[in-house]
Amino acid sequence: MKHRYLPMTEQDQKDMLETIGVSSIDELFSDIPEKVRFKGEYQIKPAKSETSLLKELGRLAAKNINAQEYASFLGAGVYDHYRPIIVDHVISRSEFYTAYTPYQPEISQGELQAIFEFQTMICELTGMELANSSMYDGGTSLAEAGTLAAGHTRRKKLLVSATVHNESRAVVKSYADGQYIDVVTIPHTNGVTDIDKLKEMIDDETAAVLVQYPNFYGQVEDLQVISDIAHEHGALSIVSANPLALGLLTPPGALGADITVGDAQPFGIAESFGGPHCGYFAVSKKLMRKVPGRLVGETNDDQGRRGYVLTLQAREQHIRRDKATSNICSNQALNALAASVAMTALGKEGIKEIAYQNIAKTAYAKQAFEKAGFEVKFGPAHFNELVVDCKAPIQDVNKRLLDQGIIGGYDLSLVDESLANHALIAVTEQRTKEEIDAYVQELEAIHA
Amino acid sequence: MHKDNQSLIFELSKPGRIGYSLPELDVPEVDVTSILSQGVIRKEDAELPEVSELDIMRHYTALSNRNHGVDTGFYPLGSCTMKYNPKINEAVARFPGFARVHPLQDESTVQGALEVVYDLQQHLAEITGMPQVTLQPAAGAHGEWTALMMIRAFHEANGDTQRTKVLVPDSAHGTNPASATVAGFDTVTVKSNEKGLVDLEDLKSKVGPDTAALMLTNPNTLGLFEEDILEMAAVVHGVGGKLYYDGANLNAVMSKARPGDMGFDAVHLNLHKTFTGPHGGGGPGSGPVGVTDELAAFMPKPVVQKVDDRFVLNYDVPQSIGRVKPYYGNFGIYLRAYTYIRSMGPDGLKAVTEYAVLNANYMMRRLEPYFDLPYTQHCKHEFVLSGRRQKKLGARTLDMAKRLLDFGYHPPTIYFPLNVEEAIMIEPTETESKETLDNFIDAMIQIAKEVEENPEIVQEAPHTTVIGRLDETKAARKPVLRYIKEQSPVEETVQ
Repeated sequence: MKHRYLPMTEQDQKDMLETIGVSSIDELFSDIPEKVRFKGEYQIKPAKSETSLLKELGRLAAKNINAQEYASFLGAGVYDHYRPIIVDHVISRSEFYTAYTPYQPEISQGELQAIFEFQTMICELTGMELANSSMYDGGTSLAEAGTLAAGHTRRKKLLVSATVHNESRAVVKSYADGQYIDVVTIPHTNGVTDIDKLKEMIDDETAAVLVQYPNFYGQVEDLQVISDIAHEHGALSIVSANPLALGLLTPPGALGADITVGDAQPFGIAESFGGPHCGYFAVSKKLMRKVPGRLVGETNDDQGRRGYVLTLQAREQHIRRDKATSNICSNQALNALAASVAMTALGKEGIKEIAYQNIAKTAYAKQAFEKAGFEVKFGPAHFNELVVDCKAPIQDVNKRLLDQGIIGGYDLSLVDESLANHALIAVTEQRTKEEIDAYVQELEAIHA
Repeated sequence: MHKDNQSLIFELSKPGRIGYSLPELDVPEVDVTSILSQGVIRKEDAELPEVSELDIMRHYTALSNRNHGVDTGFYPLGSCTMKYNPKINEAVARFPGFARVHPLQDESTVQGALEVVYDLQQHLAEITGMPQVTLQPAAGAHGEWTALMMIRAFHEANGDTQRTKVLVPDSAHGTNPASATVAGFDTVTVKSNEKGLVDLEDLKSKVGPDTAALMLTNPNTLGLFEEDILEMAAVVHGVGGKLYYDGANLNAVMSKARPGDMGFDAVHLNLHKTFTGPHGGGGPGSGPVGVTDELAAFMPKPVVQKVDDRFVLNYDVPQSIGRVKPYYGNFGIYLRAYTYIRSMGPDGLKAVTEYAVLNANYMMRRLEPYFDLPYTQHCKHEFVLSGRRQKKLGARTLDMAKRLLDFGYHPPTIYFPLNVEEAIMIEPTETESKETLDNFIDAMIQIAKEVEENPEIVQEAPHTTVIGRLDETKAARKPVLRYIKEQSPVEETVQ
């Protein structure tokens, strides 16, 4: 069998079998009982050459509408943001992407230092005291925050706001089920968490209150009030935050959050049909030894040179096994690197400017929709998403928009029956005035 | 600061420099205070670096030069399957028609992506011998937990709520017991016998009406095939338990034995191991789960199916354990795995396993005279040496691992599995040439000789890396987990 990934020659094979002292490769598999031995051939597609496989997969890719060719107003947790060109150049360096977890620090200083810098940037943005090296995504990160809180408080109830992304809420529920934790939904009022209902629902069995910032409807929650209510009852305050918005919003750490999680996808990470993205997990110091996943810490070698190692590993599965704080092993290291490059490129000024641009473009879009007679619900605190009454089924509207080169907003009737004909429209810095106007004009045309 | 210190990106920062180019603001300026209340407008800037584009490229290039990947050199890290990461995979994952697709687009606009999902499910079903596959789990441990949740839901649906125990061999990966805990189970450890295999008698004594499942890696973490697998399956199934396959070691048995044919009810795969999704310095991974028809009713939602000529997301799964991840898993990673499988075809995957096993046995036999080999039967894709002979001479396995760094190699996995003293776990993979294996073997033999003749050179290794052995105790006792501007540079002497 000749293949470009397989360097074995016939001569190699002969020499190696001789060294081992067997006459065939089959003999090496003689320990597999006859009854379970697979004798046929996999009924899968035959091998393809590089050229023809590229062609075939290129054809499949071409069947998908994508945000490179279309103007995308679809957000709801995954966004089309500015991706500095250098991000892909850095993560394409194979010293990074072909490495394993940095368990041998002497030859993994690059990865370890990059993670240490990632942890620092996440702390800066969230206002939290420490952050881990990454989680799978924002949804599982929020779920692990919930189970951490239950373990920490020894309580079995999580209050999750209805304004948290529905898919994240679903993941929180699955993880909570695993550990027999109850999940109760706090209703929303006018697009934000209903504070009166929260006060009624919270009790001394509540482990944590989970909210999103900005929330699913693009609104900015009053975190201080929510955190205070949680703390009055001995519960933790958990915030899932869009880290890009934190360029302009007060960080959760300054508003009472005990755990801040989220997804760093807005920083240089492609949509990629939903993954891989990059969860982050940041906490106040008192929770340091309960954090899931890997942490990188600074230390030095015997000559006093500064270096980095994986640390506080006594929390982790490979040391603590069934007593570990989480079962997470692989994380999203390469995407944390991508996010670090994007955060670095934006820097202290760019992070403010990009957040501001989102607010400004969304404000323009709001005005444009309203001027054309389409109601924008909730507000006024919109970050980069608007709930717009399009006065027609969103699926139909979006079909029309596609013909104009536009990927329309998210059909909210899929998650809330009372929001039929409403779309959640994301307006990032990537959208131009012209594209926003075209969206509004097409809505007008539908109703003309 | 020490002159040899690699600068942090924050230390390169200088006010006034920028590294970005945002789109032109083509809408009117707004007064943010008219939109946001004062309390939520950030007062203190986030201290992100202020650097130019070249500063950034130089910084990360410098960091990459301080990192060892498979493309840098041999990486025989047992249990991790550090094989070559094909470049076509990287090209395909970057096609805009895959990379720039939003997960919440209408089904009709993502038929190509869904076809990849569906076709990969079919391929993995055939490879594992499991009828149904979900690609939603993000990594191996996530897959373990997903499958255990499905097993739990199955038992609960049958009214078997007393099945609270998951059996795990003492040689298992740490994720197995950890996943059992987060799926709400208690773990019971099963002993290995003198051959390094699961002790059947111990297993029999530990199963019962409270058994939910047995988690097993086959071949196990010693690289040995569990020959009694059918008897073990009969024992576990006999008491109503389920059999779970940890697919971390699938590279050893492709086209030779399928978990489904061995009696397993659920399987997870590590696509970033066997199927070349790169490891990325620790992730992202992809951990699909395959199950029997009996367990399929409990799969996470949505299930990707083919209806006539269309690919659909089916959310109507009444007994589903729910979502385990937003959207549909790590598409970008399993797309790479799909590309790999399609590059190899059935003959290629068979050759992968045969050459991986041939390489491992060759290395094992050549190293056998120089190191203790606790289990002498043919291995599969990896084998475990013991460094106890060298330990008596004053050099521990850790020392030998560090000495390997001086030869330009990534060391094998060490101190795992736990049932071998001073373990050295070597997995060469099939993508390495005989010359590479021979050179590594020569280095190992030289180190064994050094231990006998000049142990200091091993004890004090590494000698050639950019940094020496780091003080891990200090890192854990006084954790510094982030950079702080005012912080004095780390120069104090170690206590």
